[in-house]
Amino acid sequence: MPIVSSPHLHGGDSIRLTMMSVILALLPASLMAIYLFGWLAVFIITTSMATCMLAEWLCLRCMGRSTKAVWDGSAALTGLLLALTLPPTLPWWMVVLGSIFAIVLGKQVYGGLGFNLFNPALSARVILLISFPLQMTTWIVPMGDARAVVDLYDIAVAWSLFWSGPEAIGHTLDAITMASPLGHVKTEWTVGVGVTDALVHYNYSYLDAFLGFEAGSLGETSAMALLVGGIYLLARHTITWHIPFAYLATVALLAAVFNAIDAERFAPPMFHLLAGGLMLCAFFMATDPVSSPVTPLGRLFFGMGCGILTWCIRTFGGYPEGAMFAVLLMNCAVPLIDHYCRPRVYGHSVDRDAGS
Amino acid sequence: MPALLKRLGQVLGWMPAGFFGGIEVPDRKLTAHEPIRECPVPDVLILPMKQHIGEQCHPCVHIGDHVLKGQKIAATEGYMAAPVHAPVAGKVVKIEEHRIAHPSGLGLPCIFIEPDGSDGEHRYEPWADWETRDPAELRERVRECGIVGLGGAVFPTFIKLVRDQHHPINTLILNGIECEPYLTTDHRLMLEHADEIVRGLSILRYMVGARECVIAIEDNKQDAVEVMRQAVVRASLTGVRVLAMPTRYPQGSEKQLIESITGKQVPAGKLPVHIGVLCQNVATARAVYHAIEHGRALTERVVTVSGEAMPRPGNLRIPFGAPVRFVLAQCGLEDLDGVHVLHGGPMMGERLRSVDVPVVKATNGLLALHEEQIHGLNAEEQPCIHCGHCGEVCPIRLVPNLLADHCRNDAFERAEAYQLFDCIECGCCSYVCPSSIPLVHYFRYGKGQLAQIRRAETFAEESRRRSEARERRLAREREAKQARRRARKASTPAQAEDGEG
Repeated sequence: MPIVSSPHLHGGDSIRLTMMSVILALLPASLMAIYLFGWLAVFIITTSMATCMLAEWLCLRCMGRSTKAVWDGSAALTGLLLALTLPPTLPWWMVVLGSIFAIVLGKQVYGGLGFNLFNPALSARVILLISFPLQMTTWIVPMGDARAVVDLYDIAVAWSLFWSGPEAIGHTLDAITMASPLGHVKTEWTVGVGVTDALVHYNYSYLDAFLGFEAGSLGETSAMALLVGGIYLLARHTITWHIPFAYLATVALLAAVFNAIDAERFAPPMFHLLAGGLMLCAFFMATDPVSSPVTPLGRLFFGMGCGILTWCIRTFGGYPEGAMFAVLLMNCAVPLIDHYCRPRVYGHSVDRDAGS
Repeated sequence: MPALLKRLGQVLGWMPAGFFGGIEVPDRKLTAHEPIRECPVPDVLILPMKQHIGEQCHPCVHIGDHVLKGQKIAATEGYMAAPVHAPVAGKVVKIEEHRIAHPSGLGLPCIFIEPDGSDGEHRYEPWADWETRDPAELRERVRECGIVGLGGAVFPTFIKLVRDQHHPINTLILNGIECEPYLTTDHRLMLEHADEIVRGLSILRYMVGARECVIAIEDNKQDAVEVMRQAVVRASLTGVRVLAMPTRYPQGSEKQLIESITGKQVPAGKLPVHIGVLCQNVATARAVYHAIEHGRALTERVVTVSGEAMPRPGNLRIPFGAPVRFVLAQCGLEDLDGVHVLHGGPMMGERLRSVDVPVVKATNGLLALHEEQIHGLNAEEQPCIHCGHCGEVCPIRLVPNLLADHCRNDAFERAEAYQLFDCIECGCCSYVCPSSIPLVHYFRYGKGQLAQIRRAETFAEESRRRSEARERRLAREREAKQARRRARKASTPAQAEDGEG
């Protein structure tokens, strides 16, 4: 007889339900990606998800484990998250490579689900960014923008672009792409143009940034779509408010303070909040349960750390966007944070034996 | 600051209850409207020598003795103990080890009584005039009557009934929460014996000198709240409040209930009395009433016999020692194929490996569930994804997933540093775990292993002390011998050579 220990009832939550709820929460962002980048988004998302699941299956197979875990949704979620952080013009083989990185190097080498130190999707994105810096920082003009020259709603055109690159449809990469707001501000600053002027030149509008009508990675452009998903996760209690709140509040606070000091050097808080991968990272990457702290206090510190690093990298670093680096760096600190941020146990005084 | 926020949360209704964490469980009170019915007396009663927390009792009757109902049949000199009484008049037929409801599956010495159908009863002197008696005298009666906490913890009641100048009891809490799903014993007792419970409350209050009394009932039992309120009015008591608490598991746990009502936490390693609180179950209060006003020892209790696999669920008054198999048969359950019987509630109860165990003082429920209802039989443990839900619901505010890691890795010292021993095993963490990790099971394992390590350490320490003492004694003896030899040598040098053997 198997050992059966109390409690004998269970609330019915499962890994699969958790993963599926996150995938569902990413639906608005995915739909937005498809609206903005047409068939390219469909190709990248499906390729990435399928490759991740296949890589997971192969890994489990090689390790002699049950391949049932392929269907728990975690590999599919990693694939979807990775896809949403990728530039729309990325060739198929980079997508495949990134997906394999995510599952093999980001997750399975640590021992599989639950044992990875870093967020798999983000680690894969960083590997891609370092390996292919040009392709990873070029952004196609989204559909609906007057400057768009490629009809991404045409499946044949999109497929050629995805499969063979821009030359196949008679363009150079430069001709069909533009800078993202973050990249634009950063480059302008290096040539001596202040933030205010740079944004005017870019034709930047907060509303477009909020709704997502701007250049960027597939799923990162629309703060609104990500917020909808994030609020769903909060309401469903899949994530708690601590990390997103601490993360966004820290970025906003730092940006506000420094913007007040020097508005030409430092971008305003709203710009930071709506730009780049911050929303995606705050609600979906930093809250990845496996690689984030478990205690409420720990989560606040983790979010704050992510916020400080994100702002610093964006403002002083070599890369225009710092959210993913920030989350990955904070991932390293999770075991430490968890150890020191344990809540005060019932009936114990505040000073606990933190040592050992 | 956190206290302030919490208070604000309570005022604004953000916080569901006054204790941290907890979960909503389906209540499944199938027997809430079943009046308490009498369980017939079985052919033989099996009475374990330990039905409480503390020291084991020893039989004070012999095989062949005739015993009366309510006669003491086992006791011990130890302080933390509760004597055992014969639930019916009859003959002691054997005294031997028998299986009991315990996860270890091990047995205990038990007294077997064959009822003879006579109604001979032993009663202590009824004290209707308890108000004129010394509380210490009443306390001795409570001890003598074998009363233990009937909520399930079976802690000897008299121990808590102290009047201590340094720790005066301000608040007496009567626990009618009954937060475990299915269980309705306290609910039915409150509905049917409200006046007796209130009398018991008055006695307890007199004994400890409590100023304020609270009868705490979860708001899924509004009828009981109403009935208890009326009973309090009938008894014209002052300073007694009947509170309807927001339903949330595990509010019935003593520490959580105290936090819920008073906002104070029982300091670690201390008892509720240290913060001026005494908590007693409603059934215990009623048992105290019977012991004092009627001189009746604790020989029976109300048990909820329920579950989806139980043909005729109900609330039964069962004499201690009745075999579970017999009780189940009274409720129409004889074919146990594919049915799993739980001793206690589904959250903290134990699955019985055999139904040939007796009903004891701790038995608050006997549940028959179908195989698919027992999560442990249907779920496979998966890796922890660190979602942290376990920590969000832990009423003790542990970090269960990290704690379970330490237990699983046999890092027991670290588990202890993470306050393993504060775990009350309520099961909230396992209930919410998306990976179906049996966290509580790991904690029990860790606690067991640590206890064993401690025992081994104590043993090694004692051996070392003994061996050192022996070394010292031998050295002393050697020295004494040499001293004697030297002394003798000095006085009679010639005889010294063959003097010692």
